[in-house]
Amino acid sequence: MAVLTDRPAPVARRGDRGVRARVNRVLGYAVLIFFGLVFLYPFVIQLGNSLKTEPDAAANPLSPFPDPLTLAGFDRIFSGTNFPLWLGNSLLVTVLVTLGRVFFDSLAGYALARLRFRGRAGLFAAVIAVMAVPGVVLLIPKFLVLKQIGLYDSYAGLIVPLLADAAGVFIMKQFFESIPVSVEEAARIDGAGVFRTFWSVVLPMARPALITLTILSFQGSWNEFPHSLVSVQDPDLFTLPRGLADLVSGSLGKGTQYPLKLGAALLATIPVAVLFVIFQRYFVRGANEGADKG
Amino acid sequence: MATDTLAAPGTTPAGPPRRRSGGGIRSNENLAGWLFVAPVIVILGLFLLLPILMALWVSLTDWNGQGSPFTGDVPFVGGDNYAQLFTDDGLARRDFMTAIRNNIYYVGIVVPVQTALALGLALVVNNRLLKGKGFFRSAFYFPSVTSSVAISVVFLFLFANSGAVNRLLALFGLDGPEWFADGRGVLHLLFGALGMNEPPAALTSGGPLGLTWWDWLSGPSVAMTSIICLVIWTTSGTFMLMYLAALQNVPVALDEASTLDGASRWQRFRYVTLPLIKPTTFLVVTLGLIGSWQVFDQVYVMSQGDPAKTTLTPAYLSYRTAFRDFDYGSGAAISFVLFLIIILLTLFQRWLMADRDGTRRGRWWRRRVPEGS
Repeated sequence: MAVLTDRPAPVARRGDRGVRARVNRVLGYAVLIFFGLVFLYPFVIQLGNSLKTEPDAAANPLSPFPDPLTLAGFDRIFSGTNFPLWLGNSLLVTVLVTLGRVFFDSLAGYALARLRFRGRAGLFAAVIAVMAVPGVVLLIPKFLVLKQIGLYDSYAGLIVPLLADAAGVFIMKQFFESIPVSVEEAARIDGAGVFRTFWSVVLPMARPALITLTILSFQGSWNEFPHSLVSVQDPDLFTLPRGLADLVSGSLGKGTQYPLKLGAALLATIPVAVLFVIFQRYFVRGANEGADKG
Repeated sequence: MATDTLAAPGTTPAGPPRRRSGGGIRSNENLAGWLFVAPVIVILGLFLLLPILMALWVSLTDWNGQGSPFTGDVPFVGGDNYAQLFTDDGLARRDFMTAIRNNIYYVGIVVPVQTALALGLALVVNNRLLKGKGFFRSAFYFPSVTSSVAISVVFLFLFANSGAVNRLLALFGLDGPEWFADGRGVLHLLFGALGMNEPPAALTSGGPLGLTWWDWLSGPSVAMTSIICLVIWTTSGTFMLMYLAALQNVPVALDEASTLDGASRWQRFRYVTLPLIKPTTFLVVTLGLIGSWQVFDQVYVMSQGDPAKTTLTPAYLSYRTAFRDFDYGSGAAISFVLFLIIILLTLFQRWLMADRDGTRRGRWWRRRVPEGS
């Protein structure tokens, strides 16, 4: 990238520059640490307070150190709420939605990138258009259609509408276009059918895109809230975000019970946090998808 | 929120050149192509396009949620639901305009602040001389990937009456407000601080669209401010990554050349870096605009539109009107107005992003569509 590889000769006196560089570096670290605290300390407070007694959490909300340390909040999460049920529902929804999205989005992305069929250009334009439809305006519409076709208040209603997404199709199409055509043409000439070529030749080469899509889908469906709000009302079908929202809106009865709520929110955050730590660069790729291509 | 629209058109190279060949191994592609896209078409068609049409119909009726909205029994009211939002004086218009006002102030603060913060964080993280940047980059980005509901629970605790934020303010001798019970507008408080205790009669006697001028000039409420803090905190990281990608494409040589020419640090930033990352700024600002008209989860969990309707947003209002007041027609109408606002912003963004590519052929709204076929 750099055309000039040699550093330019210092313009100012050397000592002066040294001091300024050091001051700049200290300032840089100060800014980093300040914002590091701003962005991470809320999670520290969350963890600390989830391990406190209720009076302790109310009296010392800023302190990350529980005094005394207690697991009472977590006990009550599992004994006094439907948390295990929500967890199970969330796992089921997330796994099925992720599998569905990865499979269906890859199929469609491959067709749009490689297969020549009538109406392809129009379909792709439609995919782009659909990406622009904001989720929040679909609340009432989704409810209407689920009611109409009898999927309201069922696992199917919770899962099926999320099984494909336009952004995923787009990501996969972009990736498939970057794979050399020659490989699959060789397979085709050898007599492999379209699906076979896709499944055993092209898909294994798409690993990075598949991981990105898996992670985006997992994170998206694990955190999904508005859809569960309009697709189910039976508490037995609540997912974690829905259950959490229900806890906050006062289904707990007396007291603020912050240790319990913070603990439940913490447990709901952990799976995505673990994924984030392991697969961080794929998260980054997902965030920049489309933003820095050119 | 904004992730659905992250992939903006006009930013990707067109597909490989297509070769023309009829028959042979290509002959079954027509069928295979449609089979491959069929599941996605069915799902998106059934749960996205069809519902939009159904909701458009419902927005023209007075359906109350009983039975099917597609029978003859449901009263058809034409454009009445829309008229109630814009022209008929009444509670519906007052609530809707209040929601619009709240969201305008919300957008007016969230977008500039998160853009500036994202750029600032990216500049620091991009500094070649600092160590441990990777850790901080992750730290700044992490809130973006967590559940909006879970994080709202944390912020409810932080902004509680005797919560962490007020404790922190107390360390500096400040008396924090009761965040979620305080519906006073920030601008009203500012006017009060400047000695204007009574609103001038000229401003309270009338105003456009069912709200008085004084109401329009309230600013975001104290309660809304805490939601604004939460959203800036969760979204800045994503936008920081976009800026970071852009900054890494700024040639080092350019920076060094301008240093040789005697440009100061600020001048280098203002006249070299900033113009070079302008496309990213467009992207961040427009994605921010689109995303911040969709604020819903946080309002649902933290305030439900209270206090005094000052955290009501069009998205939440449409939900509440339909699912709490069982006025589905009116709720759907609000959704469509919001849809229109967001679509206009999206078209504006796509036009802006396509414009910067300039030389490419084809009309901007179908730039990504491969030619031919």
